[in-house]
Parts: sequence; C-alpha cells; structure tokens
Amino acid sequence: MKNRVLDQIVRSLTLVKKDVLIYYSRGPVILMGILWPAIMFISFAFGRGMAIENLMPGLIGVSVFFTCSAISPVAFPFETAQRTLERLISSPVAIWTILFGDMLASAIVGIIISAVPILIAVGFGVTFTSPLALVLAIIIGSICFATMSLLLAVAPVSGPQYTQMLATLTKFPLMFISGVFIPLDRLPEAARAVSYISPLTYFTDIARYATGHSSYLPIYIDYLAIIAFTIMFWILAVKLHNMTLPKRV
Amino acid sequence: MLSKSTNNGLAIEVNGLTKTFGNFTAVDGISFEVFRGEFFGFLGPNGAGKTTTIRMLTGIIGKSGGEARVMGFPAGSIEAKQLSGVVPEQSNVYMDLSAWRNLMMTAGLYRIPSHKARERAEDLLKQLGLYERKDSLAREYSMGMRKRLLLAVALIGDPEIVFLDEPTSGLDVQSTRFIRSLLNSLRREGKTFFLTTHNMNEAAEMCSRVAIINQGKLVAMDTPENLRIVVGKVSMIDVTFDKPVSEEELKGIPGVMRVESSQAIEAAERMKATTAMRGPGPGRMGPGLGGGGAPRGPGSPGMGKIQGPDMSQFGPSANGEKQQAANRFRLHTEDTGGVIVALVDFSRQNNVKMNIMNVSPPSLEDAFVMLTAEAKHEE
Repeated sequence: MKNRVLDQIVRSLTLVKKDVLIYYSRGPVILMGILWPAIMFISFAFGRGMAIENLMPGLIGVSVFFTCSAISPVAFPFETAQRTLERLISSPVAIWTILFGDMLASAIVGIIISAVPILIAVGFGVTFTSPLALVLAIIIGSICFATMSLLLAVAPVSGPQYTQMLATLTKFPLMFISGVFIPLDRLPEAARAVSYISPLTYFTDIARYATGHSSYLPIYIDYLAIIAFTIMFWILAVKLHNMTLPKRV
Repeated sequence: MLSKSTNNGLAIEVNGLTKTFGNFTAVDGISFEVFRGEFFGFLGPNGAGKTTTIRMLTGIIGKSGGEARVMGFPAGSIEAKQLSGVVPEQSNVYMDLSAWRNLMMTAGLYRIPSHKARERAEDLLKQLGLYERKDSLAREYSMGMRKRLLLAVALIGDPEIVFLDEPTSGLDVQSTRFIRSLLNSLRREGKTFFLTTHNMNEAAEMCSRVAIINQGKLVAMDTPENLRIVVGKVSMIDVTFDKPVSEEELKGIPGVMRVESSQAIEAAERMKATTAMRGPGPGRMGPGLGGGGAPRGPGSPGMGKIQGPDMSQFGPSANGEKQQAANRFRLHTEDTGGVIVALVDFSRQNNVKMNIMNVSPPSLEDAFVMLTAEAKHEE
C-alpha cells in the first residue's frame, strides 16, 4: 500500500512538470504573479496611506492565496475540453494522483511568487522577526490554498468561464473576511467569528506574528487550523472529483 | 513498479458488461474474450456502443454492471492501465507541448526510466516519420501527423495491449496504409490489439476475429471469413447486358435463386452506404461504381472478374451508361460455375452480349449489414 502511494506520488511529479510547462511558464501568468502583489501594494500603501508594516502580512497572504488558487479552476475545464483529462485518466494514474499533481504545481508556484511581496516588504524596511514561522506558513498555506482551489474546479464544465466565476465569487469575499487588511483584534465580534471559516485568516495571523506583531491566536493553533483545512479540502476534493469525473469525460 | 499480468492466455475477459446513462442502456450485458496476441475487431454502426465499451475497458468511464478484465486485471485498474496503450478517435495530445514533450510526459506517467523513454521516443518518432518535427508543438501538426503522434504516445509505455478507436478515420490513403503496416509489424511482436472501426476493409484485412455490436448488444463474433459464411454460401453474380433482358427469363436459369434488377441493386447500395458505415465498403471499385451495379472490384477478397468464352466479341455497348445500368442484374446462387455457363448459353440463345460480369462472395460488409439489420428487424 505504502509503495503504491509512493509510486503514484512519483507519477504525479510528471503532472507537476506538465502544469508548469503548460500553465505557469506563460508570460502573462508570470507577469500577473509579479504585478498583482505590486499593484496591491501601491493601491494600499500609497492610495490609501496604509502603514506598510500593517499592510505586508495581509499582502503576503493575499499573494500566496491568489497565486495558488489561480490555475486549477481553469486547468480542469480546459483539459476537459481538450480531452487531455481523458488521456490522463486512461494512463496508469489514480484520480487523486492527478489532483495531487495539480495541487503540488499550484503550491510550488505560490511558494515562489511569495518572494515578490517579501522582497517588497524587505525593500520598504519591514523586519521579519520570525522568518522560519513565515516560511513554514508559506509552505503549508500554499498547500492549503492549492488544495482549496481543487474544490473550485469540481463542477464538471468544459468552459473555464464557469469555474472562474465561482472562483472569483469565493476568493474575493474570503479576502475581506480574513483579517487581511484589518487585524483580527480590531474586527467586530461577528466579523471575527466569520473569519474563522477562512484558512487565509490563520495564514495572515502567522504572517503578522512573523513581522513583529502579536498574533491574535497562538500560532500553533494557526498552523493546526491550516493543516485541518488542508485535510478537509483534500478529502472533499478527492470525493467530489471522483463523483463528477464521469460527467466530464 | 507494478507487477506484470497474470498468464491465462486472455488479454480481455468481458462478462455481462453493461453501461447505462440514465434510462438509456448504451452497452447491454455483453460478453466476449480476446486472446493474447490477437488483433480483435469491434464493429458496429454509429451509436452501437463501441466507444462506450472501449472507454470502460480503458478505465475512462466506469461500468454499470458486469465484469471486465484487461491482461488479467480489473479494467480501469492501475495495473491494467499500466499494460495498455490507447489511441482515441479524437486527438487528445497536449497541443501546447511538442511531440517530444508529449512522449516524455506519457513515459513519466508510465514510470519508464528516462534513458529508456528517450530511446523509445526516438525510435517511435523515427518509425512514424515525425522525428524531424519532434520539437514542433502538436498544434502545428496536420491531422495525419497527430494520429501518428497518438500512436507513438500509446506505444511509449511498451504496452501489451493497444486499444485503437478508429485509428485511421479521416486519414488519406498513404497515412492509412502507413499506420496499418506499422500495426501489422507490432502484431508480429506479439502485442494484442482491440480495434474499433467503421471500415470493413480495415477489419477484414487486419483482424483475426471480429465482434459486431448493435444497439448495445453483441450480435455476432467470429473470424471475418466465418462471418461471411454466416450470410450464406450464396454468391452474387453481377451482370450487365448490352440490351434489355427479361428479369423473369433470368429467374428461369437453373441454379439462380434470386434476381435483383438495377433499381433493387441501387437501393441496396444506398442503404448500405447510409445505414451501415461512413468509410468506403469493400470493393467499391471497378465498373458500375456509383451506379449501383457491379459493386466489387479486383481488390476484394475472393472475388474475380469473369470473362465468358466469347468475351472478345462483347465490346462496350453502343448504348449509353444509363442503358447499361438499366440492363444490369444481380443473380444470387449457390452454384456459381453452373450459372456462369448457363448465362453464356443464355446470351448466345437470346443474341445479347454480356458487357460486364463480376462474381463476388458475400463480404464482411454484407455480413455486417445483414447482422445489424437483422437485429434491428427483430427488435
């Protein structure tokens, strides 16, 4: 059993490479990954005069979150329409292997893109008092957000516009309820209660801690919450994709 | 790595395999076996359930009932897929990847060691005439090149069984011949092939056995030769006279079981063309093409163009082609030789010339049309 799982994980690395070649190494995607945090930074730091040290934890969170969840909702319908998903299914890989490969590719790109807001932060004099805490958060946070994006790709449609709409309707509200721009301790009680349903909340809380602020929750709770969300998203994604896949091919 | 197949001599075992989509039963409890090393044809009209069956066997869709095993493993299992290659009807290579990268990606999914994958990809691309364009994106390939690439992708994992869904549909004659010849050479290496096709020539030429599916049910399974016999031991003699001849007189020739007039032949040919298949049927060449008569040419197996003893005097008639078509008849008989002699006597006695005479046994296409039409009729 263990060998079988390892065997499938090795095969999923081929899918990571495929995703990077087809989706992530495109000029517009790379440009978007760099421009998005830069635009957000300019908008909030200069447009709204937000203090940079307060802005950066949320900006790192948003950058990682949006990067990790950008491609999967597009890739699945695209591959359905191109019939390449059918090719993958007839290959000796399990459905979870395909999902794992997609998740891994998104997470890796999210981790790389997180360097952009971090460099902006360093450039503007933000000090990272707990860099290891941030690195760990970026790694598990990227995996969590990438896994969540698999759920956004569950609908068995062959047009990316449908899943993109769903993704937009999910991601933007999450950005506003996750204490990204207003720290959790300053949120009204009701808003804070809602914020707990978003994994981005816990990521931002760790990022705040890593930049010298105090976290609202103990950071081990933040990590555990992100891991719990990841497991939940993964189980749901595998179950739902197994259900909807016959409708795709 | 996954273990290799069990060795029971069977490449595919299907028992009561069923697939339903809502209330519609696409595949209805079919059972058959394919032996290792066999080239097995799976024929049927459009919508008969061929592609649904192949998709169940390759694990693309699940089954609703019954059992299917491929190379000794449950169809759709990782083990079965590891030993299978699939050439789908419609291209599904990654258009934004080069041929080389498509092959390397597939090799990765099959866990072929990279040095072996490179060697094999190089060999395949050379064999398939794609090596010079190996770094071009698949989207820049012509349809024929994409079909060849699909075949290369299916073979990169060195599969024991290859599923081919209409591998030559839409291809020109050269590409079709090229692919058939490659498949034949692979067959000699001992690979098993499961082919679905509309092209009866292809099936008759390549398959050791064929199964015919119609409306989700298997209606026949045998060698192409035996399926022809299923239609009967009756041969057909197509004959065109230079003058009008009475159908009743022809019916009176000893050994003639049935006579079809030119109109009946044309109607049958039209039905064959529209009901049965998209591809060209066997022997649609030679005189009478398109006119409905004398439908089989020298390329058809078991068929010959017969010239009577005094054929030298049977030059083309002065009448036009329309006249010839009107004087065309198809005689059904179990005594071919006797009827030919009687026809020569008949033409002498009635002072008419036979411009064309073709003799053909029933083709696989005839068997196909008869079996699928019978099933429809029974329903």
